[in-house]
Amino acid sequence: MKRHLPVMILCTALVAGLAAPLATGASAPGFYMEVLFGGLAAGVLYSLVALGFVLIFKASGVFNFAQGSMVLFAALSVARMAEVMPLWLAAMLGVGVMVLLAILIERLVLRPLVNQEGVVLLMATLGVSYFLDGFGQSVWGSDIYEINLGLPKAPVMILGNLFKGGILINKDDVAAAVVALLLVTALALFFQKTATGRALRAVADDHQAAQSIGIPLNRIWVIVWSVAGIVAVVAGMVWGSKLGVQFSISQVALKALPVVILGGFTSIPGAILGGLIIGVGEKMAEIFLGPLMVRTFDLAGGGIENWFAYVLALLFLLVRPEGLFGERIIDRV
Amino acid sequence: MFYRENGQFKSSYRQDEALLPILQDRIFMLALLAFAVVGVPFLASDYLFLSIINPFLIMALAALGLNLLVGYCGQISIGHAAFMSVGAYAAYNLMLRVPNLNFLVALVLAGLIAAAVGILFGMPSLRIKGLYLAVATLAAQFFIDWLFARVKWFTGYESSGSVSTPVLSLFGWPLDSPARKYLFLLAVVAVFTLLAKNLVRGHIGRAWMAIRDMDVAAEVIGIRPVYAKLTAFAVSSFYVGVAGALWGFVYLGSWEPLAFNITVSLNLLFMIIIGGMGSILGSFFGALFIVALPIVLDRVPAWLGAPLSTATASHLASMIFGALIVFFLIVEPHGLARLWAIGKEKLRLWPFPH
Repeated sequence: MKRHLPVMILCTALVAGLAAPLATGASAPGFYMEVLFGGLAAGVLYSLVALGFVLIFKASGVFNFAQGSMVLFAALSVARMAEVMPLWLAAMLGVGVMVLLAILIERLVLRPLVNQEGVVLLMATLGVSYFLDGFGQSVWGSDIYEINLGLPKAPVMILGNLFKGGILINKDDVAAAVVALLLVTALALFFQKTATGRALRAVADDHQAAQSIGIPLNRIWVIVWSVAGIVAVVAGMVWGSKLGVQFSISQVALKALPVVILGGFTSIPGAILGGLIIGVGEKMAEIFLGPLMVRTFDLAGGGIENWFAYVLALLFLLVRPEGLFGERIIDRV
Repeated sequence: MFYRENGQFKSSYRQDEALLPILQDRIFMLALLAFAVVGVPFLASDYLFLSIINPFLIMALAALGLNLLVGYCGQISIGHAAFMSVGAYAAYNLMLRVPNLNFLVALVLAGLIAAAVGILFGMPSLRIKGLYLAVATLAAQFFIDWLFARVKWFTGYESSGSVSTPVLSLFGWPLDSPARKYLFLLAVVAVFTLLAKNLVRGHIGRAWMAIRDMDVAAEVIGIRPVYAKLTAFAVSSFYVGVAGALWGFVYLGSWEPLAFNITVSLNLLFMIIIGGMGSILGSFFGALFIVALPIVLDRVPAWLGAPLSTATASHLASMIFGALIVFFLIVEPHGLARLWAIGKEKLRLWPFPH
């Protein structure tokens, strides 16, 4: 109970902060709901990137700093190939490219570094990230490209009879959420029902035990990085259609780090929920807390969404380092 | 080398513990210093000073600071540019608000302020390590970036949010030409390098290394992890803060809010990986490499008659950095400094096999 007290205080503070604008009447319910949905939509995008992190961390214990660059690389490949061929073919080829990349990364980076400390692997993926950023932009160009998924962009109004003015929702945000849901379902089925999925879970549990019963570790890593690559293709296409394919994707994906801290490094539902919490939290903070802080401290503008996620993750690390759903594998010092 | 150290016997503990026990090394070091003080200002052009030598010296100091934390104490940080900006803004505000303050005093005070902030953000390292600490330091990076961009007091209520510094003058000696700036930087860097070298040889440096190698064992033999880790964060942030103040005042002169962003943090990390973790010499190699490579990539193709566009050159630089990091982590985790040591060892015996 004593251990849970700080966690509960933090969570209560979060929920209270979430409810405050509505309770104090600082915002109209309709506007509040719109901010909430906007946050959820952003959260889905974070979740998609965080999913790739969690997959790789679960299976190989590598903290993949390059996930953001993989999303950028996948999005660039699909966007540029879609200029000369139909989108579905470009997406398939994009998947092929990511699988090839997974094989190369396993061969050239992971295999020589096997059994190294986590921090060394983290730095190696940092190198991979820089390489991919440079390589992707040299090969595919560094302008802003579009991916047109053919989704309707026009916002629709729902619940017009419940709130004054209704709530505006973007259809493509809903589509992104559906895509994320499908992806998670597919991954869950893959992990639970197939032989490969079982092997992946075995490796995630215990490398040595899995190896001793004849599961080929190297092949499993290739598979996991390929799956993370496929997730990157999906994430890249969704992001690209929303924001345009550009270098900033690789940077914004850094937000996936606090997401996985919050959700737990080893939990797929945690990645989804963590993404949603971060997405909603930072939108709420920006819109409701931001002006308050600007007024109180006489700031030169808001922008607290730039750090809100990280500071929230930092607080979480202090009270519950394994995240919401993670296993307690953390080394205490 | 081309010399033998035969006949140089150490007959006292003092001699045994000397910084450079071999006479020829001492001569080499003195010659190097003399060349740096007298030779370089005559030989180098202003362009060379401004684009390579001066940034190299400052970045070497910053990399040295990060190396004390990552290489010696084993605590990762991917937010060290934030402490650079703390140093830079602290020095700016001190110079702005305190009349007639000597820049050297401001420099040390800026370093101390950065050290205090470093301790604050180093606190999580008492409970977490590795990947988790990386995220905690990332929080420092983004929060401090935002703080200096948004809180008007720090930038002296400039409407643009960017700050500019006056021409510095030390004891009536204005730092107005690149060569003079170079001499000033050289003096500061030399002093701090000597300090760092002695720090890591001493009690505190050994405590850091013990924590890095195995924290539980270190605690068992009586090293306090709290003390060791927080001093590592403090000393490291102090160095980086001083480097940040130098970067702002001596190199940039005026800078925009996000001059110390995460790219700078990652570059610092690359410097110590490529140069050599846990090596003071390595910090210098790494800094030189990272500072010089983009310029070489920009210049050499132009000389060869096939100029690269700026974008291509920067993508190429990023690819080379990435590939080299992976290469060094796999092949030589101790970086260029280790290659240097191997080369020296080989040359010591050359041309004989044993």
